[in-house]
Amino acid sequence: MGQYEAVIGLEVHVELKTKSKIFCGCPTEFGGEPNTHVCPICLGLPGVLPVLNKKVLEYAIKAGLAINCSIAEFSKFDRKNYFYPDLTKAFQTSQFDLPIAEHGHLDINVNGEIRRIGITRLHMEEDAGKLTHQGETISSSLSSLADYNRAGVPLVEIVSEPDLRSAEEAKAYLEMLKAIIEYIDVSDVKMEQGSLRCDANISIRPVGSKELGTRTEVKNLNSFRSVQRAIEYEIQRQIDQVEEGERIIQETRTWDENKGVTLSLRSKEEAHDYRYFPEPDLTPLVISRDWVEELKNGLPELPEAKKLRLIADHGLPEYDAGVITSSRTLADFYDKTVSLHADYKGISNWIMVELLKLLNAENMEISESKISPEGLAKMLKMIENNTISGKIAKQVFEEMFNTGKDPEAIVKEKGLVQISDEGQINAIVEQVIANNPKSVEDFKAGKEKSIGFLVGQIMKETKGQANPGVVNKLLKDKLNEL
Amino acid sequence: MELSTIHGLRDLLANREISAEELTNQALEKIEKIDDKIKAFVTVTKDEAIQVAREIDQKRRKGESLGPLSGIPMALKDNMCTEGIKTTCSSKILYNFIPPYSAKVYEKLLGAGSILLGKTNMDEFAMGSSTENSGFFPTRNPWDLNCVPGGSSGGSAAAVASGEAVFALGSDTGGSIRQPASFCGVVGLKPTYGAVSRYGLIAYASSLDQIGPFTRDVTDCALVMNAIAGHDSFDSTSAAVDYPDYTSFLSNDIKGMRIGIPQEYFGEGIEPEVEAKIREAINKLEELGAVVEECSLPHTQYALPAYYIIAPAECSSNLARYDGVRYGLRAEDADDIISMFSRTRNQGFGIEVKRRIMLGTYALSSGYYDAYYLKALKVRNLVKQDFDLAFEKFDCLLTPTAPSVAFEFGSKADTLAMYKQDVCTIPINLAGIPALSLPYGLVNNKPVGLQLVGKAFGEGTLLRVAYTLEQNSEQTRLEPSLEGVK
Amino acid sequence: MKISIKDVEYVALLSRLELTDEEKVEQLRELNKILDSMEVLNKVDTSGVEPLAHVLPIHNVLREDELRATLPKEKVLQNAPEEDEGMFKVPKIV
Repeated sequence: MGQYEAVIGLEVHVELKTKSKIFCGCPTEFGGEPNTHVCPICLGLPGVLPVLNKKVLEYAIKAGLAINCSIAEFSKFDRKNYFYPDLTKAFQTSQFDLPIAEHGHLDINVNGEIRRIGITRLHMEEDAGKLTHQGETISSSLSSLADYNRAGVPLVEIVSEPDLRSAEEAKAYLEMLKAIIEYIDVSDVKMEQGSLRCDANISIRPVGSKELGTRTEVKNLNSFRSVQRAIEYEIQRQIDQVEEGERIIQETRTWDENKGVTLSLRSKEEAHDYRYFPEPDLTPLVISRDWVEELKNGLPELPEAKKLRLIADHGLPEYDAGVITSSRTLADFYDKTVSLHADYKGISNWIMVELLKLLNAENMEISESKISPEGLAKMLKMIENNTISGKIAKQVFEEMFNTGKDPEAIVKEKGLVQISDEGQINAIVEQVIANNPKSVEDFKAGKEKSIGFLVGQIMKETKGQANPGVVNKLLKDKLNEL
Repeated sequence: MELSTIHGLRDLLANREISAEELTNQALEKIEKIDDKIKAFVTVTKDEAIQVAREIDQKRRKGESLGPLSGIPMALKDNMCTEGIKTTCSSKILYNFIPPYSAKVYEKLLGAGSILLGKTNMDEFAMGSSTENSGFFPTRNPWDLNCVPGGSSGGSAAAVASGEAVFALGSDTGGSIRQPASFCGVVGLKPTYGAVSRYGLIAYASSLDQIGPFTRDVTDCALVMNAIAGHDSFDSTSAAVDYPDYTSFLSNDIKGMRIGIPQEYFGEGIEPEVEAKIREAINKLEELGAVVEECSLPHTQYALPAYYIIAPAECSSNLARYDGVRYGLRAEDADDIISMFSRTRNQGFGIEVKRRIMLGTYALSSGYYDAYYLKALKVRNLVKQDFDLAFEKFDCLLTPTAPSVAFEFGSKADTLAMYKQDVCTIPINLAGIPALSLPYGLVNNKPVGLQLVGKAFGEGTLLRVAYTLEQNSEQTRLEPSLEGVK
Repeated sequence: MKISIKDVEYVALLSRLELTDEEKVEQLRELNKILDSMEVLNKVDTSGVEPLAHVLPIHNVLREDELRATLPKEKVLQNAPEEDEGMFKVPKIV
C-alpha cells in the first residue's frame, strides 16, 4: 500500500448467553419457529414495560473487566430512535453517554510485534428481529417478512479505538476478543450463528498524517475470513478511489462474500439523527464496587496470562502456547491432560500436531471430537512405559479421536502392544540379516546409513510393534559379531 | 347519592338486597339510555359484564370469599389494555387493536371483583384537556351538554358524574384525571408516580403518566386506591414501599394540619369566580382547625413550557411503534416501507398528536437536545425542589384544579389556550407527587374543583383533608340534574 | 420564527409523517407559536442544576434470569395487518 496507511476500528456485537431476553422472560435460544419466542414485551405491544435481566448486567460487567475497562459507578439506558420493521418499538433500548464499561484495551500479537488496541466502550443493548426478504436480493424484493424471535436478545457492543492498521491486525484483535469472551463464558461467540458480529470502520490517510480520512462502515462480516477479506478489499478500494482523484463518501457498505466486494447501501436514508434520550421506563444503575470486585475475582485466567504461564512455567514455545490458549476449549483440554500427566511438551506436541491436524481435516471443534484428556494422558503413559511406540501411538490417537475408546482397549483389540522381548526380536534380526547380504556388506564397508534400512525391515516385519531401542541395540550387536 | 357509591352498594350487595347482575344491568340500561348524549364510552362490554356479574353472584351464593369491590360496575379509560377487548386510545391508528394481555390495574380490579362495563373515550393518546381530540367523537359534560367534560380522561369523568359507572380509572400525565374530575364534579386522584403500576397503560409520556381513580366521594377514592396501588415487578418504576390501607386516613379531623396556599396558583389566568370558591374552601378549612398560610413555589411559571418539551419528547418515542407493521391501521396504498410508515402514521394520528410528535422530535433532534430537552429536565428539578422545600413546612398544599369551570366546545381552539388549561396540574406531574381534585361548589351551575397536593406517598393526608371537607361542606357533594339527557 | 418549512419537513421525515402542504404550513405556524412560548425557559438559571430524568430515587431494578410463558402464535399474529408464513409482512425495504 506504499504511501497510505489504513485506520480501522471495529464495532463488535456479542450475544450474551442468558436463558431469558434482556427485558422479558422469553427464551434466547437460537432457532425456533418464527414468532414463537415472543411475548407482549419483546413484541413492543402498546403499554408494555421492560425490566432488566440481572444476568445481562453481570455478564456485561464481566466482559468489561476482561477487556480491561473501568466499570461505571453510575450507568443508564437510553433510547435510540429510528424506524425499521425489525424494531418492535421503533427504538432500540441501548446505552448512549453512560455505558457500563469504558477505557479498556487488548494486546494483540501480529508478526511478533505486540500492539495495544484501545477499547472505547462496552455497552448493553437489545437485538432486533430478523427480516427475510422475499425475492432474490433486498433491493429486488417486493416484500419482507419479520420474525421477532431475536428481538430483545441481550447484546453487548464493544467499540474499539481506531487503532488497527491492517486487515491482519483487525483479525488478530477479533480473535483475541473472541477468545476472551469464550474464556469468561458469557457468550457462544459463534460468528456463523450471529452470536458474534462485526462491523468495521475503515479510512485511509497518507503515511505520517495525523488527520483521519473519511471513513466507511462495512457491515455483513460473517466470518473471520470475511473480516479480513472485506477490510483488505475496502482499503484497496479507497486507495484506488483517492489515486483516481475521487472523494471517499461517508457511507455504510455491505460485504458481498460471493463477489468479494463491498457495495454501497444506498437508501433514502436521512442523516443519522437517533434522538437518544434517557429510557424513562428503566431505572438508572448504581454499580457497587463490592460487586465489581467480586466479579473480578471470579474471572478465570484469561488467554494472555495463561499463555505467559505456559511459556514460563511449562516451557512451551511461544507459538505453541499462543495456539493452545487461543481457544478456551483447547486450553481446557491441555490443562486437564496436564493435570493427569505432567508431560507439558509431550502434550503440547500431540495437541499442536495430531489433534489440530485431525480437527482441521474434519473442520471440527474440539468439543465435537470424541477424544478426552483422560485418553491422551493414558496413551502418553503407555508410550513412556514402552507399551506402545510413538509410531503406533499415532494410530491409537486417531482411533481415540474417532471413537473415544480407551487407548488400552484399542491396543489390545488391534494387537498393537510393543515387542521388547529380546529373544523374539533376535530371531527377526537374524532373519533380516540373512535376507539382506548387500546391506550387511555395505555396513561392513563403513556405510553407517545402511543400518537404517535394516531397522526399517525389522520394523516392517513386526508391523511397527518392535521396541526401536531394543531393535537398534540387538542389530548393532549382531552386525559387530559378524 | 349514598346508593351510588361503592361503600353504599357494597352493603346492599352483601345483604343481598341487590345482586351484581341486577346492578350491572341497571348500569348497562343507564348507558343505553343516556350515553348517546354523553358519549362517555368507546366500547361497552355488555355480555362480558353480565357474565362476570353472574359469576360473582354465584360465588356469593356459595359463600365463597369475595374481593373488596365485588359486584361493583366500573369503567376504564381506553388506554388501559384489556385482554380480548378492543383498546384504542381513541385513535384511528389503534381502531381495531385487541390486546392479547391485560394491564395490571385491570387484573387487580378483576381480582377485587369489580365488573368492567366498557372502555371510555379520551383525547387521542391522552393528549388534550377537553376530549375534543378523540379520534372518534367528543364526550359531553353531564352538567351541560354544550360543554366539554375536560380531558384527557373525559369519558371516565363523565361516566362517573352521570351515574353510568360507579367508579372509573383514568390516567394523568399533566392533569388528565384532575381537570376532568373538576369539570364533572367528581373526586379524582393522581397518585404518586410509582404507586400504581403502569404495566399495560398505553404510554403517552412515561416519566409523567400515572393511573388513578374517579369516584363519587372520598371514601370510594380510598377504596379504589386500596385495590390498585402497590408494587409491581413488571414496572421498573413501581415503588417498593409499604402501601397503607387508604381508608385508615378517613377521619373527620384536620386540627393543626398545616396547609400551604401557593400564591402562584392564584390571580392572573384564574377565573375570579373560581378563585372565590377556592377561597371559600380555604376559609372552611381554617374553620375546621387547619393552619393555613400563603407560600411560594417560584418556578411554577416554568413548569408548563418544561412539560411541553418533556412530554412531547417522550411521546415522540412512545408513539413511534405505531408503524403499521404488527397491529392497528396500515395505509393501503404504499409500495415501500418508508411510505407505508409515513402514510399510516399521517392517516392514523390526529392533528394534536402529530403536533406533539413533531415538537418532541424537534426537541430531541441533533443540535437542539441541550437547549430544549436537557434544559427542561433541569427546570423539572427546580420545580420539584420548590415542592420539596414547601413540604418541609406544610402537610399539603391547596390550589384550584383548573383555571376555569367547563368551557364550551370549540372555545379553546387556540393551541396555547388549551395548553394553559393544565397550568395548575402540570407542576405536580413534573414533581411526581400526588394530588386530589375535590368538587367545591358551582359557578354558573358548573362544578369547581379544588386541588390538594401532597408529598410523595402522602395520599393519606390528601384523603384526610378531602374527607374532612366532604363531611363538613355540602359544596363537595354535587350531582348533575341530567335534564338534557332525559 | 424559530423554525422554517425545511425544519418541518426534516422533523416530519424523522417522525415518519407524510404531511400535506397545508399540514406543513399549519404545523410550522403552531410549532413556532409553541417554541416562542418556551423562550421563557431561557430566563431560568439552571447552572449547577442536575437534569431530573427519574422523579423517584429508584435504581437497580432487576429481574432474575428466568423464563416466562411466551405468547401463543395465534395471539402474536391476531392483530397483524398482513401475515405470511407466521411472520409479519411488510412492503419492500429499499
